[in-house]
Amino acid sequence: MLRYISRRLLSILLSLFLIITATFFLMRAAPGGPFSGEKKLPPEIEKNLNEYYGLDRPWYEQYTDYLVSIAKWDFGPSFKYKGQTVNDLINEGFPVSFFLGMEALLLAVSLGILLGVIAALNHNKWQDYGAMIFAVLGISVPSFIMASLLQYVLAIKLGMFPVARWESLQHTVLPALALAATPMAFIARLTRSSMLEVLSNDYIRTAKAKGLSKGQITVKHAIRNALLPVVTYLGPLSAAVLTGSFVIEKIFGIPGLGSQFVLSISNRDYTTIMGVTVFYSILLLFSVLLVDIAYGLIDPRIKLAGGKKGE
Amino acid sequence: MEKLLEVKDLQVSFQTYGGEVQAVRGVSFHLNKGETLAIVGESGSGKSVTSQTIMRLIPTPPGKIKSGQIIFNGEDLAKKTDKEMEAIRGKDIGMIFQDPMTSLNPTMKVGHQIMEVLVKHLKMDKAAAKERAIELLRLVGIPFPEKRVNQYPHEFSGGMRQRAMIAVALASNPKLLIADEPTTALDVTIQAQILELMKDLQKKMGTSIIFITHDLGVVANVADRVAVMYAGKIVEMGTVDEIFYDPRHPYTWGLLASMPSLDSDDKSELAAIPGTPPDLTNPPKGDAFAPRNPYAMKIDFELEPPMFKISDTHYAATWLLHPDAPKVEPPEAVKKRLRQLSSNYPQPVIVKESE
Amino acid sequence: MQQLPKEMFQPASVDLSEAEKISKPSLSFWKDVSIRFRKNKLAMFGLVLLILLVFMAIFGPHMTKYDYSTNDLMNTNKPPSAEHWFGTDDLGRDIFTRTWYGARISLFIGLAAALIDLFIGVLWGGIAGFRGGRTDDVMMRIADILWAVPYLLLVILLMVVLGQGLGTMILAMTITGWINMARIVRGQVLQLKSQEYVLAAQTLGANTSRIMFKHLIPNAMGPILVTLTLSIPSAIFTEAFLSYLGLGVPQPLASWGTMASEGVQALQYYPWRLFFPATFICLTIFAFNVVGDGLRDALDPRLRK
Repeated sequence: MLRYISRRLLSILLSLFLIITATFFLMRAAPGGPFSGEKKLPPEIEKNLNEYYGLDRPWYEQYTDYLVSIAKWDFGPSFKYKGQTVNDLINEGFPVSFFLGMEALLLAVSLGILLGVIAALNHNKWQDYGAMIFAVLGISVPSFIMASLLQYVLAIKLGMFPVARWESLQHTVLPALALAATPMAFIARLTRSSMLEVLSNDYIRTAKAKGLSKGQITVKHAIRNALLPVVTYLGPLSAAVLTGSFVIEKIFGIPGLGSQFVLSISNRDYTTIMGVTVFYSILLLFSVLLVDIAYGLIDPRIKLAGGKKGE
Repeated sequence: MEKLLEVKDLQVSFQTYGGEVQAVRGVSFHLNKGETLAIVGESGSGKSVTSQTIMRLIPTPPGKIKSGQIIFNGEDLAKKTDKEMEAIRGKDIGMIFQDPMTSLNPTMKVGHQIMEVLVKHLKMDKAAAKERAIELLRLVGIPFPEKRVNQYPHEFSGGMRQRAMIAVALASNPKLLIADEPTTALDVTIQAQILELMKDLQKKMGTSIIFITHDLGVVANVADRVAVMYAGKIVEMGTVDEIFYDPRHPYTWGLLASMPSLDSDDKSELAAIPGTPPDLTNPPKGDAFAPRNPYAMKIDFELEPPMFKISDTHYAATWLLHPDAPKVEPPEAVKKRLRQLSSNYPQPVIVKESE
Repeated sequence: MQQLPKEMFQPASVDLSEAEKISKPSLSFWKDVSIRFRKNKLAMFGLVLLILLVFMAIFGPHMTKYDYSTNDLMNTNKPPSAEHWFGTDDLGRDIFTRTWYGARISLFIGLAAALIDLFIGVLWGGIAGFRGGRTDDVMMRIADILWAVPYLLLVILLMVVLGQGLGTMILAMTITGWINMARIVRGQVLQLKSQEYVLAAQTLGANTSRIMFKHLIPNAMGPILVTLTLSIPSAIFTEAFLSYLGLGVPQPLASWGTMASEGVQALQYYPWRLFFPATFICLTIFAFNVVGDGLRDALDPRLRK
C-alpha cells in the first residue's frame, strides 16, 4: 500500500512539474507583456514594475524561483490587483467553489446512481427509456445553456429560486443543479450499464438460487459491485465539476475561484491564470489519487502494492 | 420408493429475435428420494434449461413455461410465484453451477455467502451462522475453515471454490441438489475429488441429486439412473446399467461410441456424431435426430417416434424398437459392451401416454 | 400402430455430410452490424438528424438573401418573422443564416479535432501496441503523463497564449485529445494480437503488414469508430464552452458556441437569440451521442444472436 502510494506520488510530482513548466513557458510566450494594457505606461514605471515582479531577470532564474515558490505554496502576486497575491484570491474564492462543487458532486452521484439503478432494474421498460433519454439530454446540453435556462425559467419566470448571488442555501440550489446535470447524466449511464453487466453475472443467479429476494440481491450483490466503476469515475467527475464551475459561477454571480479564473482570463492576468491553473492541477491530481486509493480499499480483488491492478 | 420430484410433459420456450426457441419440448421424468439422476446431452439439448426451470431460474421473459407440471414434495413448482419460490430455492432445493470462478460474488467473503442462506432460511443469527459456515466449509473438505471463512473467492483455487459452492448449496440441508455441470470447468484430478465429495455428502445427508452433464464418463461414477436428452426431449432413460450395457437409442450409441475408455485395448477409432443439433426455432418434422442418424428410416423423417418401454425402468424413443423395423447392429464400440439384462420385457412396449 | 406401412421402415438414404452443412446463412460482420443498427430506432433517428444537419450546414446559408456578417443596424434584435426566420441579433444579422453558417464551423471543428485525434491516436496506439515491450512502455508512459494534465485547463491555457482562432482552437483541443484514442487502439491491438487467429495467420506465413491490414485494423474498427463518433460531440461541447469563456472563434465568424454565449447575455429580452443556436448544439451532440451508442450496441459481439 505504502509503496503504491509513494509510486503514485512520484508520478504525480512528475506530471505537476510538467504542468508548471509548461504553464510557465506558455505564459512567457503569451502575446503582449502583462502591462501592455490600454494605456502606455511611462518607461520608468514599467521598469519598476518589471523589477517588482522579477521580470528583468533572466528566464532561468525566474523559472527556478517559480518552482521554489510553488513548492512553498506561494503562487505569486496578481498582475491586475495591486497588492493582492494569487494565494489571497484562492483563499477567498476556493471555499465558496468547494462548497458549491461538493453540493453538485453529491447531487450528481446520488441522483445519477438512483436513475441508473432504476433504469437497469427495469431494463427495456419505460423507466429505462425515460431515464436514458433524460441522461442523453443531460449530456447533450452544455452547462452554460443549462444554467441559463434554469436561471431563466425557475428563477426569473417562476421565481422559485433566487436569480443570482451567494447568500443562503437557497442560492446554491440552482447553480449546484446546473453544475451537476452533465456529470449526473454520465453517472446514470455508467451505473446502468455496469448494473446490467453485473446482473448478467453468474453470481447473481447463484444468489437467486439461494432464495434471496429481488431486493436483497439488488442491494447486497448487484449495486455494490455495480458501483465500483462509478467510483473510478469520481476522478474525471471532479474535473468536470471544477471546469463546469467556471461558467456556472459566472452566470450566477458567485464569488468563487471559478469566476475569478474566468475574470483573469479576460483580463489576461497571467500570474493569476498560471497560479490558479497550477492550483487546480494539484487539486485534481490528488483527488484522482484519493479515488484510486479508495477504490483499492473497496474492491478486495485489487492489491495496491504492485501498482498494477489485478484481475 | 417415494418420489421426491416428478416432472410431467414440461415445455419451455424462449422468445428471441429469430422467433420462438423451443428449448424443452415435453420432458417427463421423476426422481426418487436419495437417488441420483444424471441428465446427459450435448450443449443446446435443453438439459440446463430443464434444471433451471425446476428452480424457476430461467428469466421470464424471454423464457416461458408453455405447459407441464413440476411436482416437488406434492406441490407444483410451475405454478408458484417468484415470491413463493424464494422459500424453496436454497432451502429445499440447492443448486451448483458450472463455473465456480464466476458463480461466487467476487466482492463478498465466502463465509458471508454461505451465511446468507443460513440467515434467510434457518433464521440463524450472525454468530450462529458463522459457526455453521465454518462447519460447512470443514464438511466440504476445505482446510483451515476458520481462516477461509473470512477470505474472498479470488483467494480460493477453482476446486476450492466449487467446494465452497457446494457448501452454499447444502447449507440448509436441501432435499434436492441440482448440479449443473459441476465438474466441467475443473481439472480432471479435481473433478474426481468433487465427485467423491458429492457422493460422500449424499450418503451423509440423504440428498437427492440431479446431475447435469455432457460427460457420460462422469455419469457412470455418480448416477443411479440416466436420462439422455436430445433437442429438448428425453430420448432414452434407464438405470446406469441399462444405459451403458443395453442402450437402445442410436443417439445414446453415438454418445457411448464417442466416449474414450481405458479398458478398450483398442485400435478402434473414437466415433464422432456428425453434424450439430437442430435449430429449435423450427424443430424438424419426425425424429429430430434423424438427419444425423446413420440408422434413420423413412418414417423417422415423417413421424415422431413414440416412447418404447424396454423394462420397468428403461425407456427409449426410437422407431428402431418398432416390430416392423429392420434389425440393426449398433456400432462396434457399443456392441462390445452389450449384455443381456434379465429385467427386460420380451418385446418393447409402446407407452401410450407419458407416465 | 398397425396401420403404419411397412415400407416406411426401409432405411432412408441419409447423406450424413448434409448434416455438416450450415443451415443458417452466415451474415458478414458488417452486414450484421448494420441490421442491428437499423433496428435501433433512437440511433436511426440520430442518423437522420445528422444527415439533415449536414444538409442544412451546406445549403442553409444560401437559402436566404442575407450574409452571415453583414450588419443591418435598422433591424437589430428582431424576433423570428417571415423576413428573418430565426430573427436577428444585436447587429441586425440574420440568425438563420448565421446558425447554418455556424453549423459549418462547429461541425468542422468537431470533425477536424476528431480526425486529427484519430490519426495521431491510431498511429501512436498502433505502434505502441504492435511493437510492444520497451517501445510500448515508453510511449504509454508519455501518454499517461500527458493524460494527467487536466484537459480543459490546458485547452484554456493554450487558447490564451495562442490567441483566438479556428486553427488554434483545433490545435489546443488535439494536443492531448488524441490520448484517449491511442489508448483504445493500443488496447484493441494488444487484445487482438494475442488472439488465435492472428497467431494462425502468423504460422501460415502472413507478413506483418498483411496481418495489420487484413486482421488487426478491420477488427479494431468497431471501437475506433465508436470513439470517433463520441469524440465529435465532445469537441463541439468544448468549442461552446470556450466560446462562453470568450475564447471562441473571433467575430464576425459565427460558431454555435459564440452565438449561444451571446444569446445567454440577451436571454431575458431576446430569448430567440439563445434558443436557435442552443437547440442545434444540443441536437447535434444528442445525435452524435445516440449514433455512437447505437454503433457500440450494434458492434457488441455479446449481443450477437
